[in-house]
Amino acid sequence: MSDLIPQLTQQFFNGLSLGAIYALIAIGYTMVYGIIGMINFAHGEIYMIGAYVGLVTLTALGTNSGLPVWFIIAAMLLVAIFVTGIYGFSVERVAYRPVRGSPRLVALISAIGMSIFLQNWMALGQGARDMAVPALLSGGISIPMGGQFDVMLPYSRMVIIVVTVALMVALTLFIKHSRMGRASRACSQDMHMANLLGIDTNKVISFTFVLGAVLAAVGGVLIAVTIGKLNPFIGFIAGIKAFTAAVLGGIGSIPGAMLGGVLLGLAETFAAAYISSQYKDIVAFGLLVLILLFRPTGLLGKPEVEKV
Amino acid sequence: MANNNTLKNAVMAAILTAIIVTPVFGLHLVRQGARTVMETQWHMVAIASAAVFAFQLLRPWIAKPFRALKFGIPTLPAAPTRGSRGVIALIIVAAVVWPFFAGRSSVDIATLVLIYVMLGLGLNIVVGFAGLLDLGFVGFYAVGAYTYALLYHWGGWGFWEALPFSGAVAALFGFVLGFPVLRLRGDYLAIVTLGFGEIIRLLLINLNTLTGGPDGISGIPKPSVFGMEMARRSSEEGTRTFHEIMGWTFQNQHMVIYLYLMALLLALVTLLVSTRLIRMPVGRAWEALREDEIACRSLGLNPTRIKLSAFTLGAMFAGFGGAFFAARQGLVNPESFTFIESALILAIVVLGGMGSQVGVILAAILLTVLPELAREFAEYRMLVFGLVMVLMMMWRPQGLLPMKRPHVELGK
Repeated sequence: MSDLIPQLTQQFFNGLSLGAIYALIAIGYTMVYGIIGMINFAHGEIYMIGAYVGLVTLTALGTNSGLPVWFIIAAMLLVAIFVTGIYGFSVERVAYRPVRGSPRLVALISAIGMSIFLQNWMALGQGARDMAVPALLSGGISIPMGGQFDVMLPYSRMVIIVVTVALMVALTLFIKHSRMGRASRACSQDMHMANLLGIDTNKVISFTFVLGAVLAAVGGVLIAVTIGKLNPFIGFIAGIKAFTAAVLGGIGSIPGAMLGGVLLGLAETFAAAYISSQYKDIVAFGLLVLILLFRPTGLLGKPEVEKV
Repeated sequence: MANNNTLKNAVMAAILTAIIVTPVFGLHLVRQGARTVMETQWHMVAIASAAVFAFQLLRPWIAKPFRALKFGIPTLPAAPTRGSRGVIALIIVAAVVWPFFAGRSSVDIATLVLIYVMLGLGLNIVVGFAGLLDLGFVGFYAVGAYTYALLYHWGGWGFWEALPFSGAVAALFGFVLGFPVLRLRGDYLAIVTLGFGEIIRLLLINLNTLTGGPDGISGIPKPSVFGMEMARRSSEEGTRTFHEIMGWTFQNQHMVIYLYLMALLLALVTLLVSTRLIRMPVGRAWEALREDEIACRSLGLNPTRIKLSAFTLGAMFAGFGGAFFAARQGLVNPESFTFIESALILAIVVLGGMGSQVGVILAAILLTVLPELAREFAEYRMLVFGLVMVLMMMWRPQGLLPMKRPHVELGK
């Protein structure tokens, strides 16, 4: 029994780093939903593209070129941010702007089409098989906690947590204090009114998509480095789970997405460890169904009143 | 001035395209043993940018004929009208006679088309008539297929005994799953049904002892003809197969045609039932609910009950389709029931025009036959498929052959 506490700590740490990734993706869902009220089904694919762009950058720099590791990771993140930002912008321009103002289902079907398109776009370009990502950050800190079991904190997972926390703080400050952040909050409250008051709502919507894509790309690069392999279809499951996280926290609420991501990551890790690893996806989907049934507004969301 | 703007936009679009294409096609990752190396393919980037540049520059001219097309396509009545009965009878006769003169592979493809017609018509009840976006339809299809497979595997049941059960079990799943979720709003409902579809698939993979796990169940028998087996040799002692009784020599083609005719029968039953349903009070209620839920509620209709009936019926037809699929393939495994399959059936309904039965049938033919014809472009299939979904939503969200609602004009 003396191993219980170290094992719980280990699972908690693993769940936290997984949840951080979910939180990064979930913010994209929640911001888009908060502003234009649509589920951006293709968001998971943006995350996948981010991971691929990271791998391409890594291959271009060369794994044993002698460059410091922090430089390589920073370069991967920056290139991925740049390219996926443009992806986010273009996807909104091509697939969502023309159907804005149509019924919700039209926009959702368009988004599903975009998601299928992007998956196969990548499969066509870089092959549908698994790609190996060279290990950049091997090793970690081992903390003896008494008992037989040492808690292992891999560097890659520590990077995930540090980067995510930094981004969350930056995002919160940005939304709170910058001009664009204020405009986007205004748009999520009342798009028409914001428009009347001289806010360029198209610009705010584009910006929201770019911001969401950038955060998802960071998640993609970090998970590719941690797990060490990727394929063009990783975005689908990750996207659904991040959406679950967004709904869990209350869709439309940014702190909610962060909270939901972490909770989902923890739930999934503990389910994998103590129930069965085969059932971890079922736990996530089951959680999604249960939240939508019993508390569709999520933990931090505001109830939505349907008006005639 | 306007021209100047077009040029600027075109240049911008070309630059963005270059950035988008470069990491996917321009810098191709190749595995060499344990190492990953990169091959540059700048010509791909150049071609893509040039194409987008030209398209953006010529867009004002391209847009014009498209706009004309938007209003040029006719709408069709939702259900067959009195005058078209002769045509329909003719089409059915042609469909029955046709396989006897066609090649084996084309009959096989036609059978597949008919399965999708059946599924499309089933989903049309849910999405088209009742306006409930169901992204987990394939889950009910899987339930139907596995019901037959399991009844055969554990109980030795034949196709005809299992068929009603497959429909009933799928309908039961639809009812039980639908009951709690149908009060959710449109897009949440879509995601929950997607979750259900995935949960069903994951359970099929993981319940190894019951369902055979990822390998599924194989050796499922084909349907019999009035209790007679349709095979080269009878599997049981003392029984005779169909061709022995008829005094024919055995041909594989017979089985193919028989399966085709079964599929045709099932598709026609689905068509008939859904055509009648839409004219019944429950069908009218579905459409009313789709148009305005609040008005419906204030007129005393119970939205949950009405939605549930549509959901359950749709699931039932998926169950029938699933049982037939299992019998045709001879094996079922969870691979056949992924989300892409749901998206394909949804695309059939969307492309055909939500609620339009003729449209759904045409779309099923289109989306099944075209990929078969263009086999050498198989890797582009899903890419084009996604693109078509996006373009349809922009250009013609009501579908290729949308339904013309029967209505009466008030006299002046």
